[in-house]
Amino acid sequence: MKITLKVWRQKNTNTSGQFETYKLDHVSEDMSFLEMFDVLNEQLINEGKEPVVFDHDCREGICGMCSMYINGRPHGPKHGVTTCQLHMRSFKDGDIIVVEPWRAAAFPVLKDLSVDRSSFDRIMSAGGFVSVNAGNAQDANNLPIGKEIADEAFMSAACIGCGACVAACKNASAMLFVSAKVSQLALLPQGQPEAKRRAIAMVNQMDAEGFGACTNTGACSAECPKEISLSNIARLNREYLSASFTAQVD
Amino acid sequence: MALTGLFLCTFLLVHLIGNLQLFKADGGMAFNVYAVFMTTNPLIKFTSYGLYAIIIFHAFWGLYLVSENKKARPVAYAMVDGKANSQWTSRWMGVLGTIILAFIVMHMAGFWAKYKFGEVPYVQYERNIVDGSMTYGPSAPIESKKEQFVSAETGMEYTIVKDLYTEVAVAFKEWWIVLLYVLAMAAVSFHLVHGFSSAFQTLGVHHSKYNGLIKFVGIWVFGIIVPILFAAMPVYFFIQ
Amino acid sequence: MTNSKLDAKIPEGSIDQKWTKYKSSVPLVNPANKRSLEIIVVGTGLAGASAASTLAEMGYKVKAFCFQDSPRRAHSIAAQGGINAAKNYQNDGDSVYRLFYDTIKGGDYRSREGNVHRLAEVSSNIIDQCVAQGVPFAREYGGLLSNRSFGGTQVQRTFYAAGQTGQQLLLGAYSSLQRQVGMGNVKLYARHEMMDVVVIDGKARGIIARDLVSGKLERHFGHAVVLASGGYGNVFFLSTNAMGSNVTAAWKAHKKGAYFANPCFTQIHPTCIPVSGDHQSKLTLMSESLRNDGRIWVPAKQEDAAAVRAGQLKPNDIAEENRDYYLERRYPAFGNLVPRDVASRAAKERCDAGFGVNKTGQAVYLDYASAIERYGKIEATKQNLTHPDKATITALGKAVVKEKYGNLFDMYEQITGVNPYNEPMQIYPAVHYTMGGLWVDYNLMTTVPGLYAIGEANFSDHGANRLGASALMQGLADGYFVLPYTIGAYLSTEIRTKSIPTDHEAFAEAENKVQQTIDTLINIKGTKSVDYYHKRLGKIIWDQCGMARNEAGLKAAIAEVQALRAEFWSNVRVPGTANEFNTELEKASRVADFLELGELMCMDALNRNESCGGHFREEFQTEEGEAQRDDANYSYVAAWELTGDNQWTLNKEELKYENIKIAARSYK
Repeated sequence: MKITLKVWRQKNTNTSGQFETYKLDHVSEDMSFLEMFDVLNEQLINEGKEPVVFDHDCREGICGMCSMYINGRPHGPKHGVTTCQLHMRSFKDGDIIVVEPWRAAAFPVLKDLSVDRSSFDRIMSAGGFVSVNAGNAQDANNLPIGKEIADEAFMSAACIGCGACVAACKNASAMLFVSAKVSQLALLPQGQPEAKRRAIAMVNQMDAEGFGACTNTGACSAECPKEISLSNIARLNREYLSASFTAQVD
Repeated sequence: MALTGLFLCTFLLVHLIGNLQLFKADGGMAFNVYAVFMTTNPLIKFTSYGLYAIIIFHAFWGLYLVSENKKARPVAYAMVDGKANSQWTSRWMGVLGTIILAFIVMHMAGFWAKYKFGEVPYVQYERNIVDGSMTYGPSAPIESKKEQFVSAETGMEYTIVKDLYTEVAVAFKEWWIVLLYVLAMAAVSFHLVHGFSSAFQTLGVHHSKYNGLIKFVGIWVFGIIVPILFAAMPVYFFIQ
Repeated sequence: MTNSKLDAKIPEGSIDQKWTKYKSSVPLVNPANKRSLEIIVVGTGLAGASAASTLAEMGYKVKAFCFQDSPRRAHSIAAQGGINAAKNYQNDGDSVYRLFYDTIKGGDYRSREGNVHRLAEVSSNIIDQCVAQGVPFAREYGGLLSNRSFGGTQVQRTFYAAGQTGQQLLLGAYSSLQRQVGMGNVKLYARHEMMDVVVIDGKARGIIARDLVSGKLERHFGHAVVLASGGYGNVFFLSTNAMGSNVTAAWKAHKKGAYFANPCFTQIHPTCIPVSGDHQSKLTLMSESLRNDGRIWVPAKQEDAAAVRAGQLKPNDIAEENRDYYLERRYPAFGNLVPRDVASRAAKERCDAGFGVNKTGQAVYLDYASAIERYGKIEATKQNLTHPDKATITALGKAVVKEKYGNLFDMYEQITGVNPYNEPMQIYPAVHYTMGGLWVDYNLMTTVPGLYAIGEANFSDHGANRLGASALMQGLADGYFVLPYTIGAYLSTEIRTKSIPTDHEAFAEAENKVQQTIDTLINIKGTKSVDYYHKRLGKIIWDQCGMARNEAGLKAAIAEVQALRAEFWSNVRVPGTANEFNTELEKASRVADFLELGELMCMDALNRNESCGGHFREEFQTEEGEAQRDDANYSYVAAWELTGDNQWTLNKEELKYENIKIAARSYK
């Protein structure tokens, strides 16, 4: 296959970027999208140019590091997969593919296609945990949890923190990410004691990071590689509303 | 946005039910009496001030949110394939809302302001109490908003009110006004197809058992029936 | 040769009392002193994140480093199967002793009894801790935890969260870590790579780290340094490891005096998706559970295999009698469920003999057709269908298989573009885990005082072969329940040590050396990319020090690696500069270390004149082609000490088995 790539190149956070066009003449349909970028980089290095910086690590769809906005969609055209699991057989010979970084005020571009998602870590630090120190725990089976609840919590916990939800949202909102964690812990009895605190703290941190507001377009869930449901956002809204009305003032 | 939006949805229903009286073939009496009721009843008046406030809040908070949300993505994408992951109605709420706001201003200026502060001729209805037959014709202006009395001599009930009905009927003979109204109702439809169910999501109401119902009401009642009935009014007068 | 540094410091007493006694007698550090003691943790996987958060909970000042953009991305996240614990929730006779025994046996009698027993003891606490954190393990309808058997064990002791157990456990540890970050007890340095350990007066006192975004070198002091930087499987270039997984932290420690133990013990996982072409950047694992129902075969005739490779013949067109179910043929008792190392070698044997089935000839079939038929018939009986036709049976069977393995089948189709419900899957072994690593004593301390290694980065618990669902257990055991105690033994002697300012000459010297190395790499300005060398290194190690090894091959490999290393240092091309986000520079500095480690792996494999676990020397096999251990001469840990530029001395730690009787493994 022959592929033409229009790739966003940006030296660092403080400079503005532009698109560069590259042509690849020997792309195999068995390649993953990132392996195609490996080929591009090899070509650039051989030409004495600087390779494209992009984030990636596990290349099996679970670490959440890869983050390309491909032809107007995070992680490209296939449903429920990350960029690393997207294969070139999803494209046609002669295609022109536009590749951009995630774009959000809370995800500043570091270089080329790599962005800084430490805002997600800070949101987690604000409340995305159960306050239990090692050694404190009771026997695991002392706390029965219905299978349905455990399964639902697992579905929420499947979030890989890639940020595709933010990238897809026209408002660059992080509600799906935040709600997945709030939901997981709100569903489980272990998370109950600090549920109110958590919902308020995480939402406040999300707002402080400069993410937009949720207008329920559903783009986040539709593009989520782990297909995290919108019901999480509703649950976060519920948790946040009830917490706002009932939490004690410090 | 959710609470005010849902309040405005209920207002739409009330407004629609009242205005359906335009279709009554009584020379506009029911409608004109209703108009008086709506502008004089203290409870309605009180509610209406709340309504204005809510419309203003809903509109301007919405516009503020749009501008805030724009700031969350300072550098725009070169290519966005929005249709791949969301309904266009959900992405265009700000624009649809702005169209509706403009329409409301025009609508209020055309009817409400004219009715309250402008020159609207009066009409007198004479209804035969026995057989219900009715005639009506212009009347001289009166001091109050409405006079209604029964004459034992003639066996007639007399009602004198401002003739908003004729104002409406005349306005809707203009093709461009009719067109504007129909287009505005299309905007209302698209706004509510997303807005109604979205409000429930924002309030945290999301349940596999009830999501279908909410979606159904949002699309059929507020997306289709309500806007079509509203749009039918100008069309009705135009083709009459 | 014995060496005083190789004192494992196993506590006295009976095996089941060692850890209990140790815990009650290990010196403690009082809370006020903890506040002034600083600990550096490198790596934020299961071991690193759990250690960093637990140490912070105890009151130490912690700095955590990871090269990824967030601690949550460490490669522990990719572990699928589960985590073992001796809970005996299933009432099937499990116990701490059985888990201990299975782990020692599974490791082919090359691990240390004391450490492994402790691991089995704390395994239960891990499950409790993770559940308390909100890890959503699979549960039964009654609300209690579900277990499955894994890796051929006779008890059900594996806890799991669908096929994403590693992810859920890591997110639990990560949430604890982020909590401590939020409380100010841990300072997090993401997108930082450790470039060297700083040793002052013989003790580890800090690290030099490179900020991968700005390219700046930073000096960080710590009273102790903990390496939780994972394994070195990426020396093979193609492995199931993440692209960034590297040996650099462990290797720099090795260069500063830490011994490297058993580097040749690498685990090859039998069920991975085969290589599809030269562009391949990594290999993807398919859960071992697929072997429970699938049948593994290759064509019995070489001409059929050749026709398949040429694309002229489809697997479904090969008649039953022309198929060779080689595992069932060779190992009738265990069949397709033989341990990982055995299954992997058998696949290689068939492919080397010319029966491999994909374009490259490096693949075998994993066939679900008979499972689909079997399940279909059972389902038809359940539904009271008399005389169902073949299509009905197949449809019913596919539905059952989809229920059990749907996500794996989807993943297979996603990557290969082939529908595994209709056509047999192709699989081939791939490097998955490295049992070898930095030598540590019972305290998990390396031979450099104050320098610790935990998780996959150390060598201690898995011997020559790791059992399924044991890696997660070891990582979390080390981080939550072992290191937090054992580090006190060292730090209690350090309470008088003030923070050493980072303008100390040892820091300056270490930083200068790192800077020089980076400058050298940038200034070579050769003609070949880093990947070019990495791929060549991988091929050498895979061919000669992979699933099967022999003396001639290993000797040749050592010479080839040396030559390749020389070429790398004279001809590699690293574009860009040192003071910027430069991913090629990152790769170059990692590959430079792999180029040294590769040689040591071959040396270790050459030294070990026996076959055990993941290490198979062709000269040392039984007549039936099975691994032949030599307990009389090789029942030791090979701990390699760097004595000069790529010069090593072998030190041996004898392994004593006081509680377990050594026996040969047989799966016939």
